[in-house]
Amino acid sequence: MAPPGAGAVRSRGRGGYWLYLVPSLVLFLAIIVVPFLMNVATSFTRWSGVGTPTWIGLDNYVKLFRDERFWASFEHNVALIVAMAVVPTIIGLVLASALFDYIAKRFGRRTASALRAAFYLPQVLPVAVAGVVWGWMLHPSYGAVNQIFGLEVNWLGDPDIALATVMAIMVWFQLGYPVVIFMAGLQRVDPSLYEAAEIDGASWWRRFWHITIPQIRPEIFVVLLTCTIAALKVFGPIFVLTRGGPGSATMVPSYFSYLNFFQKVNVGYGSAIATVLALIIVVVTFLFLRVQERDQESDS
Amino acid sequence: MTPDRTFRQPGRWAVLAALVVLAVVMLFPFVIVTLNAVKSPAEYSANGPLSLPQGLYLDGIVSFWNRVDFGLKLWNSFLISGVVAVAAVALSVLNAYALGIGRVRGRLWILVVFLVANTMPQEALVYPLYYLSKEVGLYDSKLAVILIFTVIQAAFGTYLLSSVLGQFPRGILEAAELDGASRWRTLWGIVVPISRPTLSVLLIFFFIWTWNEFFLPMVFLISNDNQTVPVALGVLQGEKMMDATMSSASALLGIVPAVAFFLIFQRTLTRGVTVGAIK
Repeated sequence: MAPPGAGAVRSRGRGGYWLYLVPSLVLFLAIIVVPFLMNVATSFTRWSGVGTPTWIGLDNYVKLFRDERFWASFEHNVALIVAMAVVPTIIGLVLASALFDYIAKRFGRRTASALRAAFYLPQVLPVAVAGVVWGWMLHPSYGAVNQIFGLEVNWLGDPDIALATVMAIMVWFQLGYPVVIFMAGLQRVDPSLYEAAEIDGASWWRRFWHITIPQIRPEIFVVLLTCTIAALKVFGPIFVLTRGGPGSATMVPSYFSYLNFFQKVNVGYGSAIATVLALIIVVVTFLFLRVQERDQESDS
Repeated sequence: MTPDRTFRQPGRWAVLAALVVLAVVMLFPFVIVTLNAVKSPAEYSANGPLSLPQGLYLDGIVSFWNRVDFGLKLWNSFLISGVVAVAAVALSVLNAYALGIGRVRGRLWILVVFLVANTMPQEALVYPLYYLSKEVGLYDSKLAVILIFTVIQAAFGTYLLSSVLGQFPRGILEAAELDGASRWRTLWGIVVPISRPTLSVLLIFFFIWTWNEFFLPMVFLISNDNQTVPVALGVLQGEKMMDATMSSASALLGIVPAVAFFLIFQRTLTRGVTVGAIK
């Protein structure tokens, strides 16, 4: 319903609105665009951070693809996608629908919100602080976990289990996010769908599979996308818990590039790693958005 | 219809029990950290981590507080996060005004650029930023971190706010124009006050997200006087001179502000988490 004189706002012309973008334009150029281009340019050089960089073409990338640590770091990234995106999404779906469709109805909304808050609490921590908490809990000599269970496991120092330990910590950290998002998504769902299914005698599992999941597909996409990106970028917990070690048992690309930038002063090589990581993240984002778009089209 | 008839009692309680057990597991680290932060090291080694503290032993907390000058770290975090939140909301408003209401040409592409900027890993920016900030004398300054995060948060804010302002009632804007209000006055006198609920969600989010940041602040804030809470704690983690209860005290000091924000902003946050997820 276009009000009379809808053209009035436009009549002044749109050009003037550009002015409002100018401050961001300047800051964006200086803080995102130029640094990113510099990073790409540096990835074609050998440079220690001082003096003039030496142009070496694609050498850094050739070296990268032969570097076992680089490939290992991406494998660990995949493991962290499982721990930070896949597992929390699956458990989150079950928890959200159990809370929404079962607990809230039979034990009251307050019980459901209290449980939701408990699941969400780890999410409010700065991820570095979560690392400090678990670094203490899992300390090999005085850590609470070993003390309580009478174990002598070096959770983060044993190369065979360090990655699994980090994965478990990340599941703990991430879980609340999908639970909250999915529960909010379920509020949108028409309650009569559930009531009809219940009257038809559909089991909880069938309602979960045939109503809950299809109805909150947009939320599932968003959670998977944001958590996958977070997993690809993960740095804080690795830095605080293991520094990529022992050896390179928990090395991830972000920490690997940091190492090359600031400790090995291989700035060119570090830039190449960071460029590849940025590319992967952009590609993953576009793929997800593409799939989601197609999904919505096939729905309508 | 009573639900009890359709569901057997034991099964019903089993589901609740399973969820409660999981909740206890999730909260376990918080409880353990709190219990042991107020014990003396002797008490910890004698009674273990699960015992209730015999009294309030605050030496661990106090000596850690003094050692890292924790009050200053809190202030640094507050200052950086607060300025970033306000500045990033202001920038987002300006951008969204041009994109959502002004509908400038090419707005779709501009939004894509903002979206890409928001997902960009900080690793791909960190070295040039480090280098440039040294060139202009901003390295190891709070201002450098404030500028960087203002832009990063505004990228997300612009994306979100543009679609919100895209739905802004046109009639109100036209009425303002008929009254002779300039665009600038329309923005601050009408658009901003009406969008206040969304803006306050953004403000809180930007504050907490900036508070929680670790990577860039760690690279940029190397001197003790400038460090934020997560950086100070993260860098000190696992230091040899820390005993069991002092480590626990340091973890508690990191937890308390984060949980306090959560409790203060809980309503806005649970509403906002969903706003952020679904555009």
